[in-house]
Amino acid sequence: MNAKSDVIIIGGGLMGLSTALHLGRRGIKAVVLEKASPGRHASGVNAGGLRQLNRHIAEIPLTVAAAEIWKNIRELVDDDCDVVLNGQVRVAESDAQLQKLQARVDAVKAQGYQHEQIIDSETLYRLVPRLVGGCVGALYNPDDGSARPFHAATAFRHKAIALGAEIRSGVEVLAIEESNDGWKLDTNQGVFSAANVVNCAGAWANCFAAMLGESVPLTPKAPTLMVTERLPPFLDLTVGAEGYQLSFKQMQNGTVIIGGAHLAKLDFEREQSVIDFATLKTSAQTVTRFFPHMAQVRIVRSWAGIEGFMPDNIPVIGKSAKAAGIFHAFGFSAHGFQLSPIVGRILSELILDGKTDLPIEPFDIRRFNESES
Amino acid sequence: MERHELIVIGGGPSGLAAATTAANAGIECLLIDEQANPGGQIYRAVGTIPEQRASLLGPDYNYGRKLVDQFNQSSASYLPGTTLWNLNSQREIGILRDGQASLISADRIIIATGAMERPVPFPGWTLPGVMSAGAGQILLKSSGLVPAQGVVLAGVGPLLLLLAWQYLHAGVKIHAILDMSPSGNIWRALPHLPGALLAHHYILKGLRYQMQLKMAGVKFFSGVTEFHAVGGDLLEAVEFTHRGGRKRIDTHLLLSHFGVIPDSHLSRCAGCDHTWDANQLCWRPVADKWGNSSVDGIAIVGDGSGIGGAVAARHAGRIAGFEAARALGRMDEKQRDDAAREDQGWMRDDLRVRPFLEARFHPPAELLSAPPDETVVCRCEEINAGAIRTAIHAGHKDANQVKFLTRCGMGPCQGRQCDNAVSQIVARELGDKKMISGGYRIRPPIRPLTIEQLAALDEGADPK
Repeated sequence: MNAKSDVIIIGGGLMGLSTALHLGRRGIKAVVLEKASPGRHASGVNAGGLRQLNRHIAEIPLTVAAAEIWKNIRELVDDDCDVVLNGQVRVAESDAQLQKLQARVDAVKAQGYQHEQIIDSETLYRLVPRLVGGCVGALYNPDDGSARPFHAATAFRHKAIALGAEIRSGVEVLAIEESNDGWKLDTNQGVFSAANVVNCAGAWANCFAAMLGESVPLTPKAPTLMVTERLPPFLDLTVGAEGYQLSFKQMQNGTVIIGGAHLAKLDFEREQSVIDFATLKTSAQTVTRFFPHMAQVRIVRSWAGIEGFMPDNIPVIGKSAKAAGIFHAFGFSAHGFQLSPIVGRILSELILDGKTDLPIEPFDIRRFNESES
Repeated sequence: MERHELIVIGGGPSGLAAATTAANAGIECLLIDEQANPGGQIYRAVGTIPEQRASLLGPDYNYGRKLVDQFNQSSASYLPGTTLWNLNSQREIGILRDGQASLISADRIIIATGAMERPVPFPGWTLPGVMSAGAGQILLKSSGLVPAQGVVLAGVGPLLLLLAWQYLHAGVKIHAILDMSPSGNIWRALPHLPGALLAHHYILKGLRYQMQLKMAGVKFFSGVTEFHAVGGDLLEAVEFTHRGGRKRIDTHLLLSHFGVIPDSHLSRCAGCDHTWDANQLCWRPVADKWGNSSVDGIAIVGDGSGIGGAVAARHAGRIAGFEAARALGRMDEKQRDDAAREDQGWMRDDLRVRPFLEARFHPPAELLSAPPDETVVCRCEEINAGAIRTAIHAGHKDANQVKFLTRCGMGPCQGRQCDNAVSQIVARELGDKKMISGGYRIRPPIRPLTIEQLAALDEGADPK
């Protein structure tokens, strides 16, 4: 095998597939190298949250642009990805918490964005009638919601292929070297060459960055989710809570997905995670605290996806600082799903135009070098 | 966390033998059992059953009493009525007893969870009135319940004959017995007959059951194909092809059975390696001759490691008990080898009949791998075979990807009912004879656990 292409994307998760799709829209046929199968890890098994609410200030321009795409996701991928936009709330139990959330809204507004608002308790209980009594209000965005991640990954993949991308499963990159006209990737399935290489390798992204002498402090972690048996509809919104690790939503089929970044024990070398039920005990306590009617509901399954976390919990997006023709998009720290359509567009612009209109300076890979020196 | 030297999971013949053997070697041992009394499925309720029903169930069943007595006399402790909702590679176990969930752990674990009936998605299998023969036998063993209005027995495997024989003696009307084993099976089985004759008692027993049933006037149909259970809200009849003609038999109860396969949910949840067994058409944990799995300190014995029957399971349990004694420092290798030699010989002899039985009762491959498009495969999520094929041909090339896309196997049964069939549909559609694509990854809790039970989890004080 000795294949040559314009762009090689490492990693068949949502970021890689989205990048391939956006390149395809502009006539560039990318090759995606995926070491397992597309969407195998975090991309396929995450909670599917479409959340603009309570994000890092640096991510706001991207998340708002991404939300516009999700609203009409069918235009991008010919599939609705089971998107539901019924809003997300972050509940406050005390006035102090609500004041903190109000300060947050003010900070967002100072940046010129209006998508977050405070709602009073009356509005909150109208939106979330089964919520335990005594909550004083919430941070709210009516346009947030969720999608089904594996469906989204599948839709992005199909559309990318339809636009000319080639997805190669079971291809693991072993080494990279510079060649006359770009880069040569040595893999377990032969050599692949391209002028441009995009690192969308998720939890494994640092393995590739290190090959370029551009190591970053990325930590692979395995956040856990639980799903319950099906229940009659009782909740339209996704619910979080200030001061708690909670993400709580009912799917269209009636099951309830419970998250909140409770971590499984991860054996990264063997790619195996062991669910930590002592930790999930806390998660179950949080659920019964806010939704007491859930006490007798059965948990059907729990699982964990392997994701890359950065120390500042915001991703690396942009050009390599060490090598021309290399681009990065990784380290989304368990909240990349919503950003995926815009990140693919940003990368396609960086590759083809050398620039993007969106402010990506905060995600520059060099921020870690500076703090070290 | 409460920690034991050895935890044995399951109170059937292999579990009882393993726990008794290890305890007698001086090991502190806890046996966890989902049942209320020791005996497992095969010797269900053996310690408490009335004499009259016991004699109906035959002499093999009564042998179980001896095993239970030996276990009761050993120093092993017994935790009945306990469901197990997790086992991980670090040998931590999640249990649920009287509504209280707890985490416990052990230096060594022996999985002895036995077999389950092979689920087969034939047209109409989800109709009320269709049950498994195993469920019929559980009702007979534990409460003496028998079908009042007669029954059709259909499928493949020795249990059908045994249950028919037991029903005959209990006065149940048997409308018909439909044998779906492919007609070529008998020829494929013949080369294995000389080996099987060394365990001839099994074969004689089968022939005796069959003869008595025929003498009692029970109708047998062999080489049955295109089998359908039909009805509206309830089962009304079975329809099938026999000798080229379509036949219908009215019945409100169908007990079907297609052999048994290892119940591998627990060993897969623990991360043990499994392999596809083409003779038994099922996933089977990889284990060495002592029962050791690929995960350190976890052994798997009995039918849970590959179907061998109750007698072989008992020997395998003893062998694993001796190996536990070695691993936990009570025996050296030579002492273990000497202690286990007799059981290894008996087990070898007993297993000689298996290649014959596996060939004779090999289920028709297309029954598992080629259900009609409209037949429901995953009954929890109501996913039919057509939807699974569509997913496969849209590029989802293993059981887990099919599961992600279709929700097949994501319901409360955790894929117990559809896992095997989906694996084989994937293999058939992709022309993958080796079943390399793998079965579902199994995620805890593997038995129902409520939010409240998890919120009240007893993790136990950490010894550190």
